[in-house]
Amino acid sequence: MSREIYLDHAATSWPKPDVVLEAIRDFLENAGGNTGRSGHRRSIASSRAVSLARERLTDLLGAESPDNLVFTKNATEALNLAIYGLAVPGARIVTTSLEHNSVMRPLRELERQGRCSVEVVSVDGNSGELDLDEWAALLGAGKPCLAVAIHASNVTGVLLPIPAMAAIAADRGVPFIVDASQTAGYVPFALSGLGASAVAMPGHKGLLGPSGTGLLYLAPGVEVDPLIRGGTGSQSELEVQPDFAPDRYESGTLNAMGIVGLGAAAEHLREAGLDRIHASSTSLGRRLRDALAGTAGITVHGPDDPAGGVGIVSVSIEGVPCATAARLLDDESRIMTRAGLHCAPAAHRSLGTAPEGTLRLSWGLETTEHDIDVAVEALRAIGERGRSGEPLRTVA
Amino acid sequence: MKWGGVVSFYASEHAMRSERVLQRMGVPARLVPGPREISSNCGVAIAFVWEHEPRVVQALNESKIRFEAVHRYDLHDETSFP
Repeated sequence: MSREIYLDHAATSWPKPDVVLEAIRDFLENAGGNTGRSGHRRSIASSRAVSLARERLTDLLGAESPDNLVFTKNATEALNLAIYGLAVPGARIVTTSLEHNSVMRPLRELERQGRCSVEVVSVDGNSGELDLDEWAALLGAGKPCLAVAIHASNVTGVLLPIPAMAAIAADRGVPFIVDASQTAGYVPFALSGLGASAVAMPGHKGLLGPSGTGLLYLAPGVEVDPLIRGGTGSQSELEVQPDFAPDRYESGTLNAMGIVGLGAAAEHLREAGLDRIHASSTSLGRRLRDALAGTAGITVHGPDDPAGGVGIVSVSIEGVPCATAARLLDDESRIMTRAGLHCAPAAHRSLGTAPEGTLRLSWGLETTEHDIDVAVEALRAIGERGRSGEPLRTVA
Repeated sequence: MKWGGVVSFYASEHAMRSERVLQRMGVPARLVPGPREISSNCGVAIAFVWEHEPRVVQALNESKIRFEAVHRYDLHDETSFP
């Protein structure tokens, strides 16, 4: 039987490095107390382990201080914390047409409640280009604003011109939230140099941690209201929330084993080097694009130059619904992909691929050239069957 | 070891970070349960040898670690964490 080929890293990365599994096991065996709570040795061991993880992530991601990183349960929670924290009443929120629902749904809810208005700037889902004059005009219209943009599309992988967008937002004095769900751990960048007020990241995608982990970076001087309030282990005599990071934002027991696994992954990534990881990912993208280019019946979405994106390619296959293609790939070739709208209906409307969606292939650290070649052959074969009108039954 | 000083913190995260920073510098430091008469805050504190007080304060400031206060306080090793 052929080996499994996991091409769904944009949903969550798999496999995790061995050091992640080992760190989680070690934490549960040798620490295991509640972080920042009791004074006994297992509580202290947990606190030490979580603190070290925060330091490793600070180093990997280039934040000014560990105090600028807040642990969340995922990027969605990080985005909600940033959006609800920075959207002042009456604000105009400016965002892009490539956003994931983790941004769009909180924004539409604020709009529905009459608390904010939402303006969507159109972005080309293939090239990542947008009209920066329009972006500037919407951010400079004399009312409180908030800007939110995805760093790289989760549908096509294309990178947006975040530095230019951030410079405009900074010039207008507008807080800028970046959704780095598809770039953290894949693209070398320093949080301190991105020009954003807040950056949301999942721990379980490019950062290679376990599910249930996420991060919010808050730039120095940026303070937001917490999403939840409760016990922090600090200032226990007070019935009001502490006003200092990270406790202000981290009420309740942390996912300490997950965070410790994420910290081990950060060290693994630092040793591997994000520059090298991005170069390798780009090389695989070029191999996939070159192989599929000109294949009758297969349309490849996204940037022509894979260096302008991350390890994601979306394809449409003539005569084959994307859900059928995903099922055939899994059933017949043990290739795991994701079909549909990828929680980003606006992005698919921009691409012209709504409501059907696309078949998304996304690769990661362990993906090999051979994996890509096998996937290309399988896609070509499915494309041929679609064009020939052969019934698309599957063998389980 | 006889510790003559204690640093108290608002957040336990900052106590943990201080322990690492000081140990990497070779400055003897131990996490200890925060003496109640010193602070009601995060519950853990850092004990250090009082003669190192200037280095300890400088290290925490340079590392931008927020601490509550530095106290003259006599402690012995049996009260520290392993």
